[in-house]
Amino acid sequence: MKHTQREMESLKEEVKQMWRLVISQLEKAKQSFINNDIELALEIMSRERRVDAFELKIDSDCENYIALYSPVAIDLRLTLSLMKINSTLERIGDFAAGVARHVIDDDCKKVEAKLIEELQIERMFDMLMGMLSDGFVALESENTRISGKILAKDDEVDKIYHNAIDILSDYLPKNPSYTRCGLKLLLLIRKLERIGDHCSNIVEEIVFYVDAKVLKHSGDKISKT
Amino acid sequence: MIEAKDINFYYGDFHALKDINIKMDINTVTAFIGPSGCGKSTFLRLFNRMNDLIDKTRITGECIVQGENIYDKSIQVDQLRKKVGMVFQKPNPFPKSIFENVAYGLRVNDMGDKKIIAERVEESLIAAALWDEVKDKLKKSAFELSGGQQQRLCIARALAVSPSILLMDEPASSLDPISTSKIEELIHNLKKDYTIVIVTHNMQQAARISDMTGFFMMGELVEFSETKKMFLNPENKETQNYITGRFG
Repeated sequence: MKHTQREMESLKEEVKQMWRLVISQLEKAKQSFINNDIELALEIMSRERRVDAFELKIDSDCENYIALYSPVAIDLRLTLSLMKINSTLERIGDFAAGVARHVIDDDCKKVEAKLIEELQIERMFDMLMGMLSDGFVALESENTRISGKILAKDDEVDKIYHNAIDILSDYLPKNPSYTRCGLKLLLLIRKLERIGDHCSNIVEEIVFYVDAKVLKHSGDKISKT
Repeated sequence: MIEAKDINFYYGDFHALKDINIKMDINTVTAFIGPSGCGKSTFLRLFNRMNDLIDKTRITGECIVQGENIYDKSIQVDQLRKKVGMVFQKPNPFPKSIFENVAYGLRVNDMGDKKIIAERVEESLIAAALWDEVKDKLKKSAFELSGGQQQRLCIARALAVSPSILLMDEPASSLDPISTSKIEELIHNLKKDYTIVIVTHNMQQAARISDMTGFFMMGELVEFSETKKMFLNPENKETQNYITGRFG
């Protein structure tokens, strides 16, 4: 392997390390939310700084790679994609920290378990982790066949979010003492919905890198099967 | 338009160009890239019949410049070279003054009186972005100029006889970055009046200055497409390997 390719591989490896960290942050966010585990939430907050450090390092390494190696064709597409994936992963890391903050904020502990179940928050977490892991595999294997499946999951996440609005609209007037917590819960679900959008953005970047196709703002041009 | 139709070219038994078909639009810059010995310079030289000077060469197919096959027997090569100028890798000024270098082609071709020649020399030096640097020393030897200035002088000399096409064979490869930048800027500005075809080993240069890029390998035109496309998403795997440095 030539040294230029080794540099590119090490850049890719850094992004993959960050990616693993963000998946782990999301997994911990789910556990801390479900189990109301404040200690775990504090750990997420602390590890958020590592996600931020990764972002700065990868940004700088991408800039250096462009300045020193003037990448073209697939190398240029990969560099541009890694830069965008980097900042998207950082945003997902922020949302995971947002979930942790929600758990640490102890004024909403009395929300009924039945309501949480009905809102399908745990399922939402699982789908997001699936999207993030599948995206990782797509980049690792340079195979975009899975991209349709990931985008379809985002649609599912959106449905859960919209469903949650309906459920809370119905629930809160009947239980006015829960209004504040219900709204905070909706904000949390909104954060998860945004993570889904970010996972879709990552998939678009991988398709740009591997297939040189621009999916952004192009509607459903990929089969969601 | 410049066009090559089914071009095959041979140096003796060596098949240097294989079935080349290409169309280049007027007022565009076309760059040819490819590894050494791939045939790109041979192909460039076909368009003003420079290869005629080499023994035991043979061509089949048609090279069409302004609607005429330039390998037709009726074509006068000296007239063709007035239409198709050439700039080489190494600046090759004549051992004459700056003025006489540019005036040379005009005098040889009997293209005007003293006044017209003086005007044309000035116009050509302005077009070659050299006038401001040499206007006060036109009678000095061309050899007193720097390498970059000599190359722009050669471009001015090529422009003086009013060609419509300019062929450039690695015109900046022996120049420093500042001179290279001036040549590139010049090429960009000349495009509005001339059709330019350039061979370069510098892929960033091809990307910066050309509208279309052709990738040659082992005598074949592997890919010819818009430069933007070539450097973002080449069609061909071999092109990608070459431009990303994975070749070989």
